[in-house]
Amino acid sequence: MNLTLYIWRQRDRNARGQMVKYHLSDVSPDMSFLEMLDLLNQKLYESGEEPIAFDHDCREGICGMCSLVINGQPHGPQAATTTCQLHMRKFKDGDTIYIEPFRARAFPVIRDLVVDRSALDRIIQAGGFISAPTGSAVDANSIPVPRDEAETAMDAAECIGCGACVAACKNASAMLFTAAKIGHLKHLPQGQPERRRRVLSMVEQMDAEGFGNCTNYYECEAACPKEISVKFIAEMNRDYLKAALTDPNYGEKKSSSK
Amino acid sequence: MILDGKVPPGPLEDKWTEYRRNMKLVSPANKRKYRIIVVGSGLAGASAAATLGQLGYNVDCFCFQDSPRRAHSIAAQGGINAAKNYQNDGDSVYRLFYDTIKGGDFRAREANVYRLAEISTAIIDQCVALGVPFAREYGGLLANRSFGGAQVSRTFYARGQTGQQLLLGAYSALQRQIAAGQVKMHTRTEMLDLVVVNGQARGIITRNLVTGEIKRHAAAAVILATGGYGTVFYLSTNAAGCNVTAAYRAYKRGALFANPCFTQIHPTCIPVHGEHQSKLTLMSESLRNDGRVWVPKKPGDTRHPNDIPEDERDYYLERKYPSYGNLSPRDIASRAAKEVCDEGRGVGQLGRGVYLDFRDAIKRLGRETIAARYGNLFEMYNRITDEDPYEVPMRIYPASHYTMGGLWVDYSLMSNVPGLFVLGEANFSDHGANRLGASALMQGLADGFFIISDTLGNYLATTKPDPVGTDHAAFDEAETEVRDRLQKLLNVRGKRSPDSFHRALGSIMWEYCGMARNAQGLKKALSEIPAIREEFWRDVRVPGTGEEFNIALEKAGRVADYLEFAELLCHDALTREESCGGHFREEYQDEEGEALRDDENFAHVAAWEYQGVGKTPVLHKEPLVFENVELTKRSYK
Repeated sequence: MNLTLYIWRQRDRNARGQMVKYHLSDVSPDMSFLEMLDLLNQKLYESGEEPIAFDHDCREGICGMCSLVINGQPHGPQAATTTCQLHMRKFKDGDTIYIEPFRARAFPVIRDLVVDRSALDRIIQAGGFISAPTGSAVDANSIPVPRDEAETAMDAAECIGCGACVAACKNASAMLFTAAKIGHLKHLPQGQPERRRRVLSMVEQMDAEGFGNCTNYYECEAACPKEISVKFIAEMNRDYLKAALTDPNYGEKKSSSK
Repeated sequence: MILDGKVPPGPLEDKWTEYRRNMKLVSPANKRKYRIIVVGSGLAGASAAATLGQLGYNVDCFCFQDSPRRAHSIAAQGGINAAKNYQNDGDSVYRLFYDTIKGGDFRAREANVYRLAEISTAIIDQCVALGVPFAREYGGLLANRSFGGAQVSRTFYARGQTGQQLLLGAYSALQRQIAAGQVKMHTRTEMLDLVVVNGQARGIITRNLVTGEIKRHAAAAVILATGGYGTVFYLSTNAAGCNVTAAYRAYKRGALFANPCFTQIHPTCIPVHGEHQSKLTLMSESLRNDGRVWVPKKPGDTRHPNDIPEDERDYYLERKYPSYGNLSPRDIASRAAKEVCDEGRGVGQLGRGVYLDFRDAIKRLGRETIAARYGNLFEMYNRITDEDPYEVPMRIYPASHYTMGGLWVDYSLMSNVPGLFVLGEANFSDHGANRLGASALMQGLADGFFIISDTLGNYLATTKPDPVGTDHAAFDEAETEVRDRLQKLLNVRGKRSPDSFHRALGSIMWEYCGMARNAQGLKKALSEIPAIREEFWRDVRVPGTGEEFNIALEKAGRVADYLEFAELLCHDALTREESCGGHFREEYQDEEGEALRDDENFAHVAAWEYQGVGKTPVLHKEPLVFENVELTKRSYK
């Protein structure tokens, strides 16, 4: 396959970036999208240019490190697929492909296609956990969890934290990411004691990081490589409302939930 | 030097209790005076950092990825073992211990393995408490599945993403400690050297991968949880970023490297398809619960698999190992696959593949049940190969997956360098010459949640390390070396990419030091590796500078370490003149092609001491004493 590629190049966070055009030949349809970029980098090395920086690690669709907006779609055209699992057989010989970083105010570009997604970690720090100190646990079977509830928790817990939901959203909202973690924990009995403070605190952090709000376009769900359902956003909104109405500290001391 | 594993005295089942009874504690007021470095944020690193933070230590945790949640533990699919005996099928701590030590071909330390089995049950409790959504039965209780190398169902799982869910559990505990100010997380930061002061590990030198800043970090102790070195083969199931650098730097500073030749080649991976391939994808071992492995009886049979009649198929695992069949341990299943491919009966384009067939299971259980068990794996297979495993058998072939070898540690998980602890895959301790499926997750969390918290405290309370500043001469020296080396990489200005050298090294390692090894091949590898290394330092191209985000510089540093480390691996493989577990020496096999162990001469840990680049390392032995199990020929027939 022969391809024309337009790729975002940017030296560092403060530099101006631009789309740069490359031609790449000898692309095999069996290559993954990242292997295609590896091949391009190999050619750049040979011609003395600097390789294109992009994030990747496990290359099997689970670590959430790879990103890229491909022809306007986060993780490219194939549904339920991360960029690393996208294969070139989904493209045609002679195609032009536009490759950009995930774009959001809360995801500043570090270099080329690499962005800083540490805001997502900070949302988790605000309450995306169960406070169960090591050594304090009771026997694992002492609290039965109905299978359907456990399955629903798992549906939400599959989130890989890639940030495609943010990149797909016209508001750059992190609602699906945040709701997935809240949904995972709220469907488990172990997650109940902190349920109210968790939702308040995580939503507050999400706002503080500069993510936008949800206006129900569901682009996030369409882009999500793990097909996390937007129903978790609805659940989060309900939980948030309930918590805000019943939390004695809400609106007074906002950081009370730490 | 004869190495002492410092195993506590007494009966096997009392050793850990005995250790804990005698260990010294650090008071809460003193804990906060200690700074502890944890390198790596996978299961072992994240659980250690979270647990130590919770205890009150000041922890600095480092990972090279953009978030601790990316560590490669996340890719583990199948499950985690624990001797809960929830299925009432005859499991016990002793049986898990025995299966593990036998699975490791009697090349692990008895006491460590027993402790691992003992702690396994608490891990499941802890993970459930952290919200890990394990699979459950309709009654709400936990489900189990069986796994290779065991005759009981003791494996807990979360769909095909057990590693992900466990890591996210440990990660959430870590995030809680970060929020509490007990752990300071350093992402996109790579450890480039260990700092040893007066014989004790007292700090590290790091490079910030975004800015290039070189920084010194001092601490009372250093914990490495940096994973394995499976990417020495270039193509492996490991993440692209996995590397040996942190462990190798520690080795160069005096830590002993134990049993590097014990590498695991996993039997069920998607076969290689082309020269630009960067990664081999694992298909979980759990698939072997229902899938049947076969090849055509006739060599060179190019018919479509569905057109090959039953009596012309060779279900070779079921034929050779009737009692374990398709659930034979990994090393055995891998070698059996290689054997049938060597006979010309391999399938797929390159003839390096065997079928993993679900036809009978779909007939027996229905498509829906199979989809519920393995749906996500089938989808992944389909995405990569463009074939539908519900209709056509999967093609699989072995690939580098895990490394049992690692830095030598004693019973307390401390290396021979006082103050340097090594956890998880990075140490050598629990899996001997072969790891059983669903045991890596168990070990990572046992080390991080439950062992290091006790043994580190005992070390600190016993040695009471004085504060050391980063202005100590040892820091000056280490930092200078790090800077010089980075500059040296930048100065070569050759023509070839770091990756091209990694590929070249990988093909030598796979050819001569992969699934089957012999003296002649290993000697050939040992003569070719230094040649590649010299070529690397003459012709590698690292564009850009050290003061920026520079993927070429990162990669070049890791490849440079592999080009030295690979020699150590081959040297160990050459010296171990026996076949055991993942280390199969063709000279040592019986008439049926099964591995021949030599307990008289090789029932020891081979721990190597660095002598200089290209110089033969010095061998130290830790004799393996088996007081509780009889060393038998490992049979799965």
